[in-house]
Amino acid sequence: MVPDGVGVAVKEPSQGYQLRVVQEVLLALLAAEASHGYQLRARLELALGPLAEALNEGQVYVTLTRLEKAGLVTSRRVGQADRPNRKVYELTALGRARVQAWLDDTSWPKPAPAEFHLKLVAAAAADLGDPVRLVDMQRHALLGELAAAQRAALAEPDHSIAGVLLEGVVLRLQADLRWLEACARYWNTTKGRR
Amino acid sequence: MNANESPLRAEPVLRTRGLAMDYGQGAGRVHALDGIELEVTPGEALAVMGPSGCGKSTLLHVLGGLERPSAGEVWVAGRRIDGLSEKALARLRRRAVGFVFQAFHLMDELTAVENVELPALLAGRSSGAARRRAAELLERVGLAERASHLPSALSGGQRQRVAIARALSNEPLVVLADEPTGNLDSVATLDVLRLLDSLRSAGQTLLIVTHDERVAATADRLITMRDGALVDETRLTRGTSGSLGDLVGLER
Repeated sequence: MVPDGVGVAVKEPSQGYQLRVVQEVLLALLAAEASHGYQLRARLELALGPLAEALNEGQVYVTLTRLEKAGLVTSRRVGQADRPNRKVYELTALGRARVQAWLDDTSWPKPAPAEFHLKLVAAAAADLGDPVRLVDMQRHALLGELAAAQRAALAEPDHSIAGVLLEGVVLRLQADLRWLEACARYWNTTKGRR
Repeated sequence: MNANESPLRAEPVLRTRGLAMDYGQGAGRVHALDGIELEVTPGEALAVMGPSGCGKSTLLHVLGGLERPSAGEVWVAGRRIDGLSEKALARLRRRAVGFVFQAFHLMDELTAVENVELPALLAGRSSGAARRRAAELLERVGLAERASHLPSALSGGQRQRVAIARALSNEPLVVLADEPTGNLDSVATLDVLRLLDSLRSAGQTLLIVTHDERVAATADRLITMRDGALVDETRLTRGTSGSLGDLVGLER
């Protein structure tokens, strides 16, 4: 399920979620103005709303260090009266080109119906299990996810930016559930004929 | 906790035994409902899904005393209603049940507040008390400032919120909603869902018939019907999924 040509996924299971395209996201956020790491993190939190809670704390800082090594950003230390100096990051020309390439890229994470479809075909062919039961199990799992996403969406105020993201989650799950209905219809009607 | 496991189990608000509904005769006979066993506990939000013609609207009509079943029992708050006279059923519909329909069914020539106070007036309350109650309910659905508007001056979502306020007029034991978001766009759907969710939080028992998985997902329990029978049941317990991150393209 790794989409083509986007970002680096770092596997650190115990540390919460990673943004798959975190490099591009941070570069894009820096395109507006030079920022501290904590400002970038705050903007991410605003955009992701309740989903940001699961986000790995350190990912932003680790990534900024990597981006600096790669010459995509530069940093300078800025003194503060009552606190330690802070690093301000700024986009380089190379970084700006990378942002533009990301914005222009139309690749899209694909859902994977073929995998589940083949699971049903295989289960039916080998008498490994009732495809209709597998569809029901999958439907229950997706309904649980939809319930969580829909409740998170209801908790967002009107015109919330995170609400738009949650709507995307909800609509996609709804599409998956409708496809499962089509699967159930097919396997319900063919079951008796095999 | 599963309410059915509680030793102090409350009387179900709705209960059916062997419920059946047939239309037509002989070879053209259709089983709209076929042996439905159902219980809805107080404060529960139950969603009913299923393909068109599966009998879900018929079930709602029978539960609300709009139609009489061909066979089986219907109990509302411990009282059997399937054998009641037409007059007693009308009384039950006025006092114990609040209906919400896809097409709103507001009176076009009455203002929002007049629509909302109508059930209270029909139930014999004084005009002053009915008006006060209606104003309170419009406030609750966020439409206090639209009280004197005619339905034609309201958006679809606002009309449905007025219809929901009207359904609450006589403090019903249960609100029965038939495709409450079927005529609404996605923004208005979210408004109506928020309202229904706030009712649920306040302890209102709800039964919602819907085609929309997003609506069903906000219920406590979802039952699925096919060809007049219950074929599936899912409990949608709150806060179960910590996997929201997976769904937006974040990775563990």
